[in-house]
Amino acid sequence: MELGVVELSRLQFAMTAMYHFLFVPLTLGLSVIIAIMETVYVMTGRPIWRQMTKFWGTLFGINFVLGVATGITMEFQFGMNWSYYSHYVGDIFGAPLAVEGLMAFFLEATFVGLFFFGWDKLSKVGHLTVTWMVALGSNLSALWILIANGWMQNPVGSVFNPDTMRMEMMSFYDVLFNPVAQAKFVHTVSAGYVTASVFVLGVSAWYLLKDRHVELARRSISVAAAFGLASALSVVVLGDESGYTASHTQRMKLAAIEAMWKTEPAPASFTLVGFPDQEARETHYAIHIPWAMGLLATRSLDQTIPGIEELVEEAKKRIESGIVAYDALMKIRTEREAARASGTRPTADVSSHTDSPELRKAFEDNSDNLGFALLLKRYVDDPTQATPEQIEKAANDTIPGVAPLFWTFRIMVGFGFLFIAFMAYFFWKSSFGGERYPRWALIFAVCLIPAPWIAAEMGWFVAEYGRQPWTVDGVLPTALSASQLSVQELFITLGGFVTFYSILFIIEMALMIKFIRKGPYQDVEETEAWEAQHERRLGAMDDSGLAAPSPAE
Amino acid sequence: MILADLISYDVLRVIWWLLLGVLLIGFAMTDGFDMGVGALLPFAAKTDIERRIAINTVGPVWEGNQVWFILGGGAIFAAWPLVYAVSFSGFYLAMFAVLAALILRPVAFKYRSKREGKLWRSGWDWALFVGGAVPALIFGVAVGDVLQGVPFRLSPELVSYYEGSSFLWKFLGLLNPFALLTGVVSLAMLMTHGAAWLALKAEDPVAARARSIGSVTGIVAIVGYALAGLWLAFGMQGYAIVGEVVTDGPSNPLFSEVTRTSTWLIAYADRPWIVIAPILAFLGMIMTVRDLRADHEVATLLWSQLGIFGTISSVGLTMFPFILPSSIDPKSSLTAWDSSSSHTTLFIMLVATVIFLPIVLAYTAWVYKVLWGKVTAAEVTGSSDSVY
Repeated sequence: MELGVVELSRLQFAMTAMYHFLFVPLTLGLSVIIAIMETVYVMTGRPIWRQMTKFWGTLFGINFVLGVATGITMEFQFGMNWSYYSHYVGDIFGAPLAVEGLMAFFLEATFVGLFFFGWDKLSKVGHLTVTWMVALGSNLSALWILIANGWMQNPVGSVFNPDTMRMEMMSFYDVLFNPVAQAKFVHTVSAGYVTASVFVLGVSAWYLLKDRHVELARRSISVAAAFGLASALSVVVLGDESGYTASHTQRMKLAAIEAMWKTEPAPASFTLVGFPDQEARETHYAIHIPWAMGLLATRSLDQTIPGIEELVEEAKKRIESGIVAYDALMKIRTEREAARASGTRPTADVSSHTDSPELRKAFEDNSDNLGFALLLKRYVDDPTQATPEQIEKAANDTIPGVAPLFWTFRIMVGFGFLFIAFMAYFFWKSSFGGERYPRWALIFAVCLIPAPWIAAEMGWFVAEYGRQPWTVDGVLPTALSASQLSVQELFITLGGFVTFYSILFIIEMALMIKFIRKGPYQDVEETEAWEAQHERRLGAMDDSGLAAPSPAE
Repeated sequence: MILADLISYDVLRVIWWLLLGVLLIGFAMTDGFDMGVGALLPFAAKTDIERRIAINTVGPVWEGNQVWFILGGGAIFAAWPLVYAVSFSGFYLAMFAVLAALILRPVAFKYRSKREGKLWRSGWDWALFVGGAVPALIFGVAVGDVLQGVPFRLSPELVSYYEGSSFLWKFLGLLNPFALLTGVVSLAMLMTHGAAWLALKAEDPVAARARSIGSVTGIVAIVGYALAGLWLAFGMQGYAIVGEVVTDGPSNPLFSEVTRTSTWLIAYADRPWIVIAPILAFLGMIMTVRDLRADHEVATLLWSQLGIFGTISSVGLTMFPFILPSSIDPKSSLTAWDSSSSHTTLFIMLVATVIFLPIVLAYTAWVYKVLWGKVTAAEVTGSSDSVY
């Protein structure tokens, strides 16, 4: 592949987004786990739970700050590297991003400072409220980001405006309650909870292996296993939900994930493993499970799922229809240009300056396929002049890379099931097994720490690589979305990000390891001293009085 | 949406133009002192304990403050998509520098005191200095460039292209004398703001040093602001829309004609009341310098807020309705009337803002109240693990 501005911009976006998502899932999950721990502290008044809150809070803080910092990059990059995208869909896509800042990010960022600095300045309940606000803020943040992302996968509630040459919002309600966005939100947030649970469990297991901080570790494991089991089930169940929605909205992505080259009679079989061959359009050495695919994707026995070849034929038809829309659009624009030149004021009503009803009808009937005509821009400046070969090429471009999707999806799902089993085992041991864990299980828990991150990154790869060649599915091709920059500029920023992010990653890992080795900060004596001091300071604020300081055990 | 028609398109555009100002001013007022403290750090705080005091004055609040900027970005994206698209890609490398600084800064705050070691800490001190000074300078430079017009043009499909045979020239072109002057004004103003903050939140000797540096940077800001005003009056052309101004038409900049005028300051003849903005700017900045010397802590910070408010609004009001004029193709210039989102989106965003902004302001105020009081050496060196 030739490395032009588009490819480099994609590489940069993929790299910075995946880097950002190293920190996000832990923030999402750990914020909730910490809030649960502090709730236990406030309810029981036992200082060990405060130590746990503070200990996991310190790790949360080291991680959180990089999530925040690298999140700024994501927001900047739409404008910096994808300026035509920003113009073309900003009317819809920008709104959830702005609401995210207003409703969610302000909440988490304002309160996270108090979470760390407010221990001595707030009452117990006051501080607990702050902690829950941080958790609420970070999770709401994910909601709005995924509403924005969901719209890129399934662009609902919008229409093209020939005057402004962009997509405009028709229904905010549709954007908000986009089924793809809702399924993605629950799936992604649950994945974050699993990540944090595996992390807490793994680190605690390491303490148990070293016979250090045993009380903290045992309690942390019981919280993480219970929370993790519920979340791991939710990830898989709701991952399935998002597959079900994909079968209606992004059929090409679904077909590519399953390497389903040809349409099979219903109910289709599920390819467990195999080697997809994009050139030959077949999957070698495939092992099939009969009926499974049809059941999962359509929840029926009689609906067929279109294969890749059928979808390419469909794309060809949509390109042809898109050309009609494009041609009509150009004519409408010329007419309106002439009307403006003759002194007629442009009005908001698009149809009012189109004299010919045929032209208006031609545009309206085909405008859903306008994006498909834009796919031709890679090969020809004016899509109306496209040759049949160019249409063929553009239709073939709608197939994403099948083998990478096929494999990343299977790795992700494999991990998903593994997490359920793992969490179920630890939940059972912690609830009914007397909190005695065999050594092999603890070692396994430590080794499993990186796994949820791998699964999460694979998940994003499936979602975003599977959307290609579009930035907004069926609306705007990736090739048109980029800014008019030079390759040199891209190399400078790409090099900058790689260097900068690598250094930050090393520092972050070093600090994480340092603070995990160090363990919880305060021992019992200090906790008691703190309790006494706290009681004096806040005696007036807290009528009920603080729980009598009780030693950790 | 029928509801959206409750407020007409042109009124919504003016509201969103104002809200853009509110967000930028909110950012400069809150995150401004964080950046100022960063830029002052090597000079106002010498020992490790002094530096930790300075850092901890902003420690609990910088994260929330920075959201003003992130929200500003999001609001431009949502309400002024073309402005977002053209400016972020047009200032590409400058934006990257700001971005790098804004990534470095949070990390520096958080990580600096997590390890002992001279090299570790002095390294992060530099990061805080760069993270404060560089964005403060670049934001000012950008204002100077916008006033002169940015070299871009729009194609009929509204793709934006930028002039400049090489990327390096494109970047260096931003650093012209006028833009450097406005950059210095911005940096000096935010350093003064940071000094006012340190005077309020830190103890001597940090506060004393901040006061003396602040009175110098305050004077630099006043003189620089006056010079920039004179430059605008005598040395630079402005922009104006030709013919009838359509305020509720579709958002397509190419639908209107734009010409160069003798000076931006014609605006003061058209709407004389806007002279209040530069007056407030001067008043705020002068009183800040006076009160910094007189040791009126709270008053100083408030005057400094007023100076920032006046300065930023004077730029906006002078340029109105222009947001991003084009120097090479004036017709492509983006104005408040032709680069906004659709009527529906502006309305929905306004509803969201009306609901959530007061809530944000309320809890932000509560957080500042909880954290009220000076950061002391005892607090920083004490056994608590909850300080930086």
